[in-house]
Amino acid sequence: MTRQMTGAKMVVQALKDQGVDTVFGYPGGAVLPIYDEIFQQNGIRHYLVRHEQGAVHAAEGYARATGKPGVVLVTSGPGATNAVTGLTDALMDSIPIVVLTGQVPTFMIGSDAFQEADTVGITRPCTKHNWLVKDTDTLSGVLHEAFHVATTGRPGPVLVDIPKDVQFATGTYTEKAKAKVSHYQPQVKGDMETITQLVEALETAERPVFYTGGGVINSGPAASQLLRELVDATDIPITSTLMGLGCYPASGKNWLGMLGMHGLYEANLAMHGCDLMINVGARFDDRITGRLDAFSPKSRKAHIDIDPSSINKVIRVDMPIIGDVGHVLEDILKVWKARGRKVNKEGLQKWWHQIEQWRAVDCLKYKPSGKAIRPQYALDRLEQLTKGRDRYITTEVGQHQMWAAQYLGFEDPNRWMTSGGLGTMGYGTPASIGVQVAHPDALVINVAGEASWLMNMQEMSTAVQYRLPVKQFIMNNERLGMVRQWQELLHGERYSHSWSEALPDFVKLAEAFGCKGILCQDPADLDDAIMEMLDYDGPVIFDCLVEKHENCFPMIPSGEPHNKMLLGEANTKDAIGSKGAVMV
Amino acid sequence: MSPLNIKKGSTKHSAYNLRPNFSDVQETHTLAVLVANEPGVLARVIGLFSGRGYNIDSLTVAEVDHDGHTSRITIVTTGTPQVIEQIKAQLGRIVPVHEVHDLTVEGGSVERELALIKVEGSGDKRVEALRLADIFRAQVVDSTLESFVFQITGTPEKVDAFVDLMRPLGLVEVARTGVAALSRGV
Repeated sequence: MTRQMTGAKMVVQALKDQGVDTVFGYPGGAVLPIYDEIFQQNGIRHYLVRHEQGAVHAAEGYARATGKPGVVLVTSGPGATNAVTGLTDALMDSIPIVVLTGQVPTFMIGSDAFQEADTVGITRPCTKHNWLVKDTDTLSGVLHEAFHVATTGRPGPVLVDIPKDVQFATGTYTEKAKAKVSHYQPQVKGDMETITQLVEALETAERPVFYTGGGVINSGPAASQLLRELVDATDIPITSTLMGLGCYPASGKNWLGMLGMHGLYEANLAMHGCDLMINVGARFDDRITGRLDAFSPKSRKAHIDIDPSSINKVIRVDMPIIGDVGHVLEDILKVWKARGRKVNKEGLQKWWHQIEQWRAVDCLKYKPSGKAIRPQYALDRLEQLTKGRDRYITTEVGQHQMWAAQYLGFEDPNRWMTSGGLGTMGYGTPASIGVQVAHPDALVINVAGEASWLMNMQEMSTAVQYRLPVKQFIMNNERLGMVRQWQELLHGERYSHSWSEALPDFVKLAEAFGCKGILCQDPADLDDAIMEMLDYDGPVIFDCLVEKHENCFPMIPSGEPHNKMLLGEANTKDAIGSKGAVMV
Repeated sequence: MSPLNIKKGSTKHSAYNLRPNFSDVQETHTLAVLVANEPGVLARVIGLFSGRGYNIDSLTVAEVDHDGHTSRITIVTTGTPQVIEQIKAQLGRIVPVHEVHDLTVEGGSVERELALIKVEGSGDKRVEALRLADIFRAQVVDSTLESFVFQITGTPEKVDAFVDLMRPLGLVEVARTGVAALSRGV
């Protein structure tokens, strides 16, 4: 029996068939029929955001905290263009989201109609795929395909543009099970021959290191479990990118901490000095590699990635394995066990001895100040006071983001949401809302800088409306801290437009939004203030005034290799050469 | 010997087949891309090249299987071996792209281009143009007392050579289709 229904009803039906119960959105003229259907049902809960960018980031936060695709519904024209930053963010960080946009009716497309924009044209380069649906009969099939594409292979954002007449018209609904089998079926099983090669290399390597990334998280919790089993059984050290934090527990004995531009000394030197690098679901991003011709010069490299275009994109690898991280790790473990669980014990012992010497440098040490709150101290205390709780952390972008990655420990995957690839200021607040929607009883903290936070602060209104007790932990230095740091290191301390001369009173702002505001500026009061934030049953804006001219270290200056790290006490003057200055 | 068959404990000498670092040599490759014939698919392919800074020397596209809704895009592109590999991998990522073939490495191919060439002139030049057209097996598809339109098919190099010869003889306009290519054999 075929089911006839309107396009608008199909949207709701398809979402239900796909197991969606949460949508973030903002209504407008071109999506009114869909909103009318949402009004007349109970299965899907819609969260009204305050700006479409917020809707997409909230969906990203939701997706990253659950592993399920996030869904967004916005209107045509400005609704769609406001979603572009979120789409690009999700594309760069491989986050599965499905964005539904309204469009002017098909017969008005191309006429410069009110709130018309070429949505599929604008979003073509910032989605994994997108569709303009011109016929109601094909709508449900496209929607099912959209979910398939967003969640299969390397996940990413997709967009379905639905003209208003297609929403009104009646057509045949295609069930999810009966939808046409998509041509898009990426390979998930790795090549066994290369996997065996990798196991052989792993057995003999003297200085191996695991370099893990967001692909482990995206592959699902099972991949993290397999990774932990492999790391612990082989006793190989492990580091991770910003995106992969939590795939191996920060308290685990083999954990070296994050690597990269602001990564830990021991992690970066292990990458530089290793003889076998096993890249698991990371992509040799420029924040990780530093200078390419001096990147880990003596190592053989294996690269596990589901996206063939990631292989040999910037770094030539010896053992490319195309496949899903979970599947490949399972095979590696199987082969390694079958071959007798061998490792180069003697080599590893020396390697760990070397790593311990690097660890002894204690690159994250700092001297707490009696007068001002140092940002490292603030995060140290936040970590101590929230450790062990059911905790999710989002961040904005900048110094605070790097400090959060350095000083907070993540024990499990899907607990850390940050804008890695695109570096979107304004990501954290809406993302924290999406996370809290997914986990209503958990502790959700957005570690923010005041400048980033102001970019999407309107979403506090969303948090208050839906009683989402998100904690906005703003480390306020009245500066664009990372910009200021670069101007200090690169531009002769000429601080061009990197501070705010008129910041709001965040406590009053909190009250205006209808949530709690807390101000803290004395290190002696910090613990009590944080506890007050944690104990409050509702959204909090925490204004933590921190040391204004703190720099984020360790740091690999751009254009330099891993072994040229700057530590906190180092003389940083002229550390970045003219060649590095052109890089970002 | 398997490239990984190295002595236990040895790190100084790698038995790996170490490839040279990324080569700087520019190579020209002909790619055949089979795509689902859906709206925007060409824009996706072209957007990939412009967005990532790759070169397009020539591009042709037409539907080749009406029932299967499949189109064939033939792209001639130039880049270092690493860039060519990236182009192929990036093309492969596009959802409606079904197959990507590098005809340059997959055992040779036949490449042909069609061009229409208008030449204006009288007297000796006109006779000379006609004589050269005959040598190149170009056909006259339009003629007035002052002009010819020649149709020529062949490799891009052959078309180039013919156009160069026509220039001093009164070349007015050229229209070229770009390269269509198929692999040799089955």
